[in-house]
Amino acid sequence: MTRYMLSVHSTAGEGRAPMSEEEMRQSHQRLGALEREMESAGAWVFSGRLHDPDTATVVRVSGGEVLTTDGPFAESKEHLGGFYVVEAEDLDAALAWAAKVTAAIRVPIEVRPFAGFADKPQPAPGS
Amino acid sequence: MPDVDRAGTGRIFREESGRVLATLIRVFGDIDLAEDAVQDAFAAALRTWPRDGLPPNPGGWITTTARNAAVDRLRRAARERELLGEVAALSPAPGDVGPPEEGEPVPDDRLRLIFTCCHPALSAEAQVALTLRLLCDMSTAEVADAFLVAEATMAQRLVRAKRKIKAARIPYRVPEEHQLPDRLPPVLAVVYLVYNAGLAEPPGAAGRGLCAEAVRLARMLADLMPDEPEVTGLLALLLLTESRRPSRTGPDGSLVLLADQDRSRWDRRMIEEGQDLVRRCLRGGRPGPYQLQAAVSAVHADAPTAAQTDWPQIAALYDHLLAVAPTPVVALNRAVAVGEVQGPAAALALVDELDLDAYCPYHATRADLLRRLGRDEEAAAAYERAAALAPTDAERDFLRRRGRTAR
Repeated sequence: MTRYMLSVHSTAGEGRAPMSEEEMRQSHQRLGALEREMESAGAWVFSGRLHDPDTATVVRVSGGEVLTTDGPFAESKEHLGGFYVVEAEDLDAALAWAAKVTAAIRVPIEVRPFAGFADKPQPAPGS
Repeated sequence: MPDVDRAGTGRIFREESGRVLATLIRVFGDIDLAEDAVQDAFAAALRTWPRDGLPPNPGGWITTTARNAAVDRLRRAARERELLGEVAALSPAPGDVGPPEEGEPVPDDRLRLIFTCCHPALSAEAQVALTLRLLCDMSTAEVADAFLVAEATMAQRLVRAKRKIKAARIPYRVPEEHQLPDRLPPVLAVVYLVYNAGLAEPPGAAGRGLCAEAVRLARMLADLMPDEPEVTGLLALLLLTESRRPSRTGPDGSLVLLADQDRSRWDRRMIEEGQDLVRRCLRGGRPGPYQLQAAVSAVHADAPTAAQTDWPQIAALYDHLLAVAPTPVVALNRAVAVGEVQGPAAALALVDELDLDAYCPYHATRADLLRRLGRDEEAAAAYERAAALAPTDAERDFLRRRGRTAR
């Protein structure tokens, strides 16, 4: 099994017309159902939705000092809106989950394998 | 044991290595390891065959030797990582990956490999490059030549594609039926590109046999997917084109137009098979671009002389083709057929609407139409434009010659 990150990217000021409350509710419902499906298939590892990029803060080391600044890190129009981490047999299986996510929320999904998880269970926290 | 020299060893390897490579990729799930192991087996054959003679079953010998070499490589790597236990479980039992028994229905590993190489997660360029490298046994340098890029650039592209296959776990299998509508078109496009790369090869022994390789790949696909009309259509198209390939060039290597070819040299057996396939796939009632192009080719093959060609039928097929594949190149070919039915003026009007300035056949077609309309100066200029864009020397010489007679 390999772990994949299915990341949901959105572009500021582009694409989707703002959803009505009803559409929003339906989209949430579809996502909820999809997440339950992922869980019962043993594919769901973790998922999360992020606040807008202007809520981000960047921490870095500069000249030996820790510097904290207003984010986001990348000044781009595209930003990460949320993600799923799924466990799948191969890329086709991961792409099938991505197809379901994009069908539910209608934004492009980037599918990328995690490095170092292939064929190995993730060490338990604290071990 | 029969004797074999260095050249003979190389020849046998070229015939067998594609199949062996595909099998090892299935067994070990690692393209680089499989490639290295086949190289190891080749080195071993060069050492032992000329000394001991040819083994009774060279294909089986190569498979076994390459499999052992792969296991050795894994063991060496594992020892470094102290993971020998895992590898022992991974190694296939002896005889597991031998050549298939006669009559046994074995899914062709090469078919799995072509679907891996043509996975939509890879760029179109990488798809073709990997297919040529892994299925057509071309060296990286030869693939680079076919793409007109530096060898280092191509090597990097191949490494990147193989890394993606491994890291992202692009599966090594024939997709399920519901996935085929998505997954098949790139596979067919690659086979078609391989065939066309073959047409550009110098005739004779210097070529890599890419045309035959593409026909073999198409046949394999058609055997496995008899219900996919476009697969049958592609095989038909390649067979019909292949039936005329020897007549495409004169004794001096120059290009001979379809109308001027010696039709007695066309391969009737291939034509019959191709026409049979065209009829069969068109009966399905789902005509796609390959089926329609094959149908055009079948109409040409039907004509005993160029003058007896059924141009109205060809024009009708191109109308259809333009409807399913509305590309400027299809529009150009349709214009040629219209020219044969309604005369050069009607065709030129269609051609002049197209935006294909960088496409050699566009200028060659315009030149022929202008010549037939008696506009010789313009024709000569168009032949010159076409010659400057010609992909091969033979075509350039051909167009220059026609340009001179137009003046």
